[in-house]
Amino acid sequence: MRRAQAFAVAILSLLAASDVTSATEKQGGILRVYHRDSPASASIHEEATYSTNVPFMPVFNNLVIYKQDVAQNSLQSIVPDLAESWAWSGDNKTLSFKLRQGVKWHDGKPFTSNDVKCTFDMLMGKSAQKFRKNPRKSWYDQVVDVTTNGDFEVAFNLKRPQPALLALLASGYTPVYPCHVSPGDMRTKPVGTGPFKFVEFKANESIKLIRNPDYWKKALPHLDGIEFTIIPNRSTAILAFVAGKFDMTFPTEVSIPLLKDVKTQAPNAVCVVEPINVSTNIIVNSSAPPFDSLDIRRAMALALDRKAFVSILFEGQADIGGTMLPAPAGLWAMPKEMLETIPGYGPDINANREEARKLMQKAGYGPNKHLQVKVSTRNIPIYRDPAIILIDQLKSIYIDADLEVVETANWFSKVARKDYTLGLNLTGNAVDDPDQSFYENYSCNSERNYTNYCNAEIEKLFDQQSAETDVSKRKKLVWDIDKKLQEDVARPIIFHGRQGSCWQPYVKGITIMVNSSYNGYRYEDVWMDK
Amino acid sequence: MFAYIVRRLVLMLVTLFGISVIIFVLLRIVPGNIVDILFDAAGFVDKADKANLERELGLDQSIVVQYLHWIGGLLRGDLGYSYVSEKPALEEILPRIPITARLAGLALLFSAMFGIPLGVISAVNQGTRLDYALRVVSLSGLSLPSFWLGLLILMASVSLFGTMPIFNPNPQTFGQALAIYCVPALAVGFRSAALVMRITRSSMLEILRQDYIRTARAKGASETTVNYQHALKNAILPVITVIGIEAAFLIGGLIVTETVFNIPGVARFLVEAIRWRDYPIVQNLVMFIAVVVVVANFTVDMLYAALDPRIRYTD
Repeated sequence: MRRAQAFAVAILSLLAASDVTSATEKQGGILRVYHRDSPASASIHEEATYSTNVPFMPVFNNLVIYKQDVAQNSLQSIVPDLAESWAWSGDNKTLSFKLRQGVKWHDGKPFTSNDVKCTFDMLMGKSAQKFRKNPRKSWYDQVVDVTTNGDFEVAFNLKRPQPALLALLASGYTPVYPCHVSPGDMRTKPVGTGPFKFVEFKANESIKLIRNPDYWKKALPHLDGIEFTIIPNRSTAILAFVAGKFDMTFPTEVSIPLLKDVKTQAPNAVCVVEPINVSTNIIVNSSAPPFDSLDIRRAMALALDRKAFVSILFEGQADIGGTMLPAPAGLWAMPKEMLETIPGYGPDINANREEARKLMQKAGYGPNKHLQVKVSTRNIPIYRDPAIILIDQLKSIYIDADLEVVETANWFSKVARKDYTLGLNLTGNAVDDPDQSFYENYSCNSERNYTNYCNAEIEKLFDQQSAETDVSKRKKLVWDIDKKLQEDVARPIIFHGRQGSCWQPYVKGITIMVNSSYNGYRYEDVWMDK
Repeated sequence: MFAYIVRRLVLMLVTLFGISVIIFVLLRIVPGNIVDILFDAAGFVDKADKANLERELGLDQSIVVQYLHWIGGLLRGDLGYSYVSEKPALEEILPRIPITARLAGLALLFSAMFGIPLGVISAVNQGTRLDYALRVVSLSGLSLPSFWLGLLILMASVSLFGTMPIFNPNPQTFGQALAIYCVPALAVGFRSAALVMRITRSSMLEILRQDYIRTARAKGASETTVNYQHALKNAILPVITVIGIEAAFLIGGLIVTETVFNIPGVARFLVEAIRWRDYPIVQNLVMFIAVVVVVANFTVDMLYAALDPRIRYTD
């Protein structure tokens, strides 16, 4: 089954790739895309939203990158970018790169290994210059230092083997920054080596990029430029796309019901629905009653009817799984048979809920004594809507929950204060790799481990899988960890969402990544057949 | 008269000072600041980084020091820097003002252009089918939310003409320029026009029953002269008051209209700035709006005297 799925993904990837190369690419044209909101800044390293990646990834290059016309990110789809090649040392503790020569920053200065060192020293918090925010510092916890050997060689020296480092370096979240431009300037006037140069960023209005004529990949990019018009109102944005004011919607931003409207009103538009590797999950405050009781946490997990969430919110087009993105898009998901052995994932919802009610009764609750709780969530529809369904489902096990909507400005501080009982949360994964997901969300010392779940045994397994170089052995370890995380009700995963993207038929060379929403926006291969 | 104007000006300054204090305090009472939001977006908090950023933005200082810093800057013409874009606040605010001013001006123009004549027509045809039809139109104008009307216009435009008047900073033709401002101005001005029409109608009905109107008719003046020269001139005062108030309240309607039509004006910018707790932008913009409202009120009061010889402001 899995082989067949992998084969299907490979065929789809090949088809996507052939679409790019089958016709003669035309040069020129400005790609007009609407943007869903105004990003906080232009600095990819300082932000944690793809609202920044989408418009600014075309300005930069990475050391390595996921091949932009392959929909599924994997170690096999990583190709050189600013690095010409890479090599692991014999003990797998040093990852060295040979860098491309003759590359220039958009301001004309030459790119050297020093820029790579500067970037990663800043990310690791080792340089005098600091980012205002450094949300992915933990990605480099295993890196001791970055050393240069001349102008065109650089090495990452690790504490222990970490094969996933290459996957992290290939993410759209990992561009190389110039040494000579301050972090402040990178927030407002980013300078890169990428296919497009930054022109202007007018907050709440537009972002403009122009073709880099000196791009080191000759004959690329095909487009003369890209213009993002910021339209926070989704109805206006979709109408404008339908009216032909835009060549493309904001990627993976069109909801399933809206997609139907688009297809009705613009039947020629090319639309795809893909997984976005964002899970909707429940954060449980297990440090305070009543959810300090494992029985009550398990009862809650058993009460979930995940299929109902998927059918109500996504018309059936979303995926059920554990922490890792489900197959076939996800590379690390546990097999379905294994998933169904986890309490709450079995197909018989009534039996699950009966078991949940028994656990609740054991904890002192029942038909005459309901547990009163609040479900807190952000005041955004994608958070609010599943929270309402959750509240409805919890009623079946004697839990009466009220919805508490929290403004975005106050959400994280509330969660950090542990000022909640149950929270409905969304977790986006930049890279489909367990290192990113496990360490970020479940490791004892992670700042993004909102629930403070901490299990010494699991922590050891995190390190074990991270250092494992044999992919099949690592997969088995990952499945066991994921299963254990679900059984511990560490952060119950409800579903993994899917979203739509549309573009006009004359736009060619677009590939929507199926296992990350953060890595596929270089746009150097995109062209317009008009 | 002169002393009255001076007194009003002093009162305006006191009002503006009061508003500045209220804005400043209210903004800081609302939970969360820009630093919380920036870290919230990143999904984590590094206490040291957070403290650094608060220090960098001056948010670690006492509220009094922050207020004095702001007011001092304002008096020197230094509006500070936007926390989000890191550009001077003036540079961010200034280009957006003409956009909103054009939209607001057009909306007010439409409200007067349609509201006053239709109000007069409705009044002079009281009880007729035309009057009923116009009253239904005015009632619908008051009942339809402008965001809904705006979306409806956009949908109709796409479905009928295959295009829509979305904002373009550099319109190629006069027609384009007209469309990008007129359509949203109609959407936001419809409510004001309806209100103006109702006020004009009721004010006209009252005036038309006055003795001097009967006298004018008895003297053989035409209906047009009676209605527009004798009646409307005296019925216009409450209408001007309403237009003045509408000018002040228009900003509320413009927020949704600018959002629906994606117009990068001051109103939408203000909402975004509040969302980000971008204090320098919010404080200065609200002060700007307060100045507009206070000046509009003052202008309306002065217009009373100009339009009605019976009104004299004594010292």
